[in-house]
Amino acid sequence: MAFSGCNKKRILVANRGEIAIRIMRSIRELGHTAIAVYSDIDKFAPHVSFADEAYYIGDNEALKSYLNIDRIIETAKKAKVDAIHPGYGFLAENPLFAENVQSSNIIWIGPTPKAMFKVGDKIRARSLAEASGVPVVPGKLLNNNIDPLLAAAELGYPVLIKASAGGGGKGMRIVRDEAELLNSINLAKKEANASFADPTVYLEKYIEEPHHIEIQILADQFGNYYYFPERECSLQRRYQKIVEESPSSFIDRDKAKTLGLSAVNLMKKAGYTSAGTVEFLVDKNRNFYFLEVNARIQVEHPITEEITGVDLVSNQIKQAFGEKIIFYQEILNNIKGHSIEARIYAEDSENNFIPSVGKIEFYKEPSLLNVRIDSGATKGTEIPIYYDPIISKVVAKGEDRSQSLNKLYLALSNYHIYPIKTTVAFIMNIVKHPKFRDGVYDTNFINKHFNELLQVQEDEIPLAIACYHFLSSQGVMTGGDLTHEKLLLNCWESLQGFRG
Amino acid sequence: MSRIYSNINTKDPIYKKRYEHNKKLLNKVNEIKEEVQKGGSLKAHEVNKKRGKLFCRERIEKVLDKASPFLEIAPLAAYNIYDDNVPSAGIVTGVGRISGKEVMIIANDQTVKGGTYYPLTVKKHIRAQQIALENNLPCLYLVDSGGAYLPMQDEVFPDRDHFGNIFYNQAVLSSKGLLQVALVAGLSTAGGAYVPAMCDQTIIIKEQGAIFIGGPPLVKAATGEVVSAEELGGADVHTRISGVADYYAVDEEMGLRKVREIFAHFPNCKKYELDRVAPVEPYYDPDEIYGIVPETTETFYDVKEIIARIVDNSEFEEFKDRFGQTVVTGFARIGGYLTGIIGNNGVIFPESSTKAAHFIELCCFRKIPLIFLQNITGFIVGKKYEHQGMPKDGAKWITAVSTANVPKFTVIIGNSYGAGNYAMCGRGYNPRFLWMWPNAKIAVMGPNQAADVLCQVKINQYKRDNKILSEEEIKNIREPILEEYRNKSEALYSTARLWDDGIIDPARTRQYLMLAIELSLNKKYDEVNFGIFRM
Repeated sequence: MAFSGCNKKRILVANRGEIAIRIMRSIRELGHTAIAVYSDIDKFAPHVSFADEAYYIGDNEALKSYLNIDRIIETAKKAKVDAIHPGYGFLAENPLFAENVQSSNIIWIGPTPKAMFKVGDKIRARSLAEASGVPVVPGKLLNNNIDPLLAAAELGYPVLIKASAGGGGKGMRIVRDEAELLNSINLAKKEANASFADPTVYLEKYIEEPHHIEIQILADQFGNYYYFPERECSLQRRYQKIVEESPSSFIDRDKAKTLGLSAVNLMKKAGYTSAGTVEFLVDKNRNFYFLEVNARIQVEHPITEEITGVDLVSNQIKQAFGEKIIFYQEILNNIKGHSIEARIYAEDSENNFIPSVGKIEFYKEPSLLNVRIDSGATKGTEIPIYYDPIISKVVAKGEDRSQSLNKLYLALSNYHIYPIKTTVAFIMNIVKHPKFRDGVYDTNFINKHFNELLQVQEDEIPLAIACYHFLSSQGVMTGGDLTHEKLLLNCWESLQGFRG
Repeated sequence: MSRIYSNINTKDPIYKKRYEHNKKLLNKVNEIKEEVQKGGSLKAHEVNKKRGKLFCRERIEKVLDKASPFLEIAPLAAYNIYDDNVPSAGIVTGVGRISGKEVMIIANDQTVKGGTYYPLTVKKHIRAQQIALENNLPCLYLVDSGGAYLPMQDEVFPDRDHFGNIFYNQAVLSSKGLLQVALVAGLSTAGGAYVPAMCDQTIIIKEQGAIFIGGPPLVKAATGEVVSAEELGGADVHTRISGVADYYAVDEEMGLRKVREIFAHFPNCKKYELDRVAPVEPYYDPDEIYGIVPETTETFYDVKEIIARIVDNSEFEEFKDRFGQTVVTGFARIGGYLTGIIGNNGVIFPESSTKAAHFIELCCFRKIPLIFLQNITGFIVGKKYEHQGMPKDGAKWITAVSTANVPKFTVIIGNSYGAGNYAMCGRGYNPRFLWMWPNAKIAVMGPNQAADVLCQVKINQYKRDNKILSEEEIKNIREPILEEYRNKSEALYSTARLWDDGIIDPARTRQYLMLAIELSLNKKYDEVNFGIFRM
């Protein structure tokens, strides 16, 4: 077999769930050995059974397992691995971990700790952007030497007051009118002081109807930098992305190129290698501002892979082992088609998206042409409370946006997970929403249309089918053919709990 | 199909009044139902519990599939009939799912007169078996009965539809390949011993179930032999020595689990494939039915408003909408299933009769089940119509209804008077199920007409004796007649006597029909075979 021989490497994936499987798939495809790690509760998880080898790394709490640097390094040494891929989340953007890996003579599949350090911190990244000529959201720290009224006028209303020390919206205030400014600053300071024991606040230009658009970068160790078509990630709930698409219907190809070149400039400045993402905010007039760098492979990377045909993870691995990466940037720019991703989380959309933990009793994935499912779950999988409750990602690709949306909808309506609650129906409602179909949406979309998105119409059907399949599989129900087009549940099944 | 256009204004004060009135009627029925579903007296329950036995309704809940519907048959049977209180006629019957199969469950209520059979208990038991036979349902008997109620043995034992018929039915059901299972959870004495014995598979519970032709007191009286119930016909005896029962259960839990296992291993039969699409809820809210139905049955209301609140998406393809308009006929879907619906918008004329007969023919040839929404005062009378041959056209309809090969379902949503009851598939015409709404009335004719007729008879009698009655005297004769007649026309009066399968919540009519249609699919729809239509 072509795969075997001295080039066969042993690569450990320091992660779990769908991303661990996704990465191990590339490892396998390159002919290497995929090694998994697991905590107690993950002993029988799909990523463990998918791996060639798997090692136990500790208790369920992430700090004792997937975040346990010493334990993972120790395990890697014991397993004699050649390289470690961190995935996303957990230790992916921890320079200390990367350093430890490298000092153990293990190859780190990711940006160098140095580059990671440069782009990792928000303030450092901001000055890096400014130095590379990438616009940042204009802002001013408010100290005693600055007249807030003047500063705000300079930025232009509306402005945002933010707590220097904080996050999570604490001390944050939007001011649209000069008359409110001073009062709002005082209130924000009080709030900031109460929450973070630091009354320092700063003023920032408030971006109205912002879009969250990001550029994927891939770089090797020879100074080759490539940018990929933009990803539109404006659909967010609780500041977390839930649906991403590429390309964006909001900006044109020229703008996309400008963003791409800006991103490359910034990453070059940081000496960045491997895969990474530069995130931008784009306002309603299509002015863009640097937001932050994600120094890792991202959850939504598949949509880029789908429309460009480039396997980002394989290239990450190859460049980490010192291979040159050769693409033609023009070809990457010249994309055809459209791709969209839905993140399936185990969470209750009707209940402020709280995680819906438990065991998946029934699991059935759709099987459609050009629909890719990156999943970390199957029948019997536990969704534990300890980790991010992502189940899978459904990625549809079409010749145009409308086709890929239809495809995604069809895929979701054939995706059956029971009994835990998922974002499937919620996303179906997003996909069929007229505003979304028209491509007219920004980061406020979900908040604005929340009630419509919760409305359950025929979208109850997937759950009903899931129940049906589950109960049939338990021997509780029998009989009847079932398809989505003709949902022909026996009335004795559909009228659950009827008494009369 | 086009959607029915509703003319109901839910802001109308009349709507609101009707809504409250009908809700009140329903609440009354529900309250009685709730009371009745508690079974026998507290003391009886205590005794039952002390013996470690479950209440029959608990047994049913435990044996059913999780979240299975339970379509109870005539819960208010025997209400206010006997001098003793006999809730639900001492027997709970209904259809539910066990291990994925739709099963008729017949459960004796030990807390009501020791589960003995009153005349209406027998009638209810046999009605359940008839439903099973008509719809090809296997049966589960949860046996816990002292046998016939001896003080009324003359009304329980000898006749065709009496006790003996129960075992006859068991044999017939079994001969049709329908599984008969008994769980003997208490006494099964004398004739009652044949319920488990006639079953295909029988489970008996240790120190709780007992089967014998003669119980210990009878044995002692007859032979002087002193023997305990367990020794005479307990679980051990029948599963090890006599072979009357097949499975030995140490307690009820185990027995009920065994029941589920038995049904799980009974082969599933293929259902009749009635035309179906994905179901859609009605466009108009069924809850509005309360505000549509008038406070008195004398007031007219449009049956299409009701159809709109029963059928899928409120869509109704009306047949002959311009002809014989006092009968409304048309096709609609309920729970996705194609159905033919016949309703009343007034008294029956010759042309409405032929229209209905025509429509029934359509459904029979296409094998579409028929639903009758009964609100009928009767056929038109008068010289003109007799000359036109009203009985001849009425006969066409009655012939069609009687010999229709498809399942029929009847809901009495208002009046059910006289020959209208026949044409609209009353109990005598073997609908698979017949339900009444709380407002429904049933009698040979309307109370006023009846009182008038009866008064006239009296007046004529006096006339022959040359006695002329004053207005006052006539009123004194008429009022009590009217009062009694009204009482005997009530839905509660009917359901107590098992003239129907229960009083149902009008807003849930759709669900009842869905379950009933689904049950009917267990049996192949027959070929068309009408009688002679008088032309």
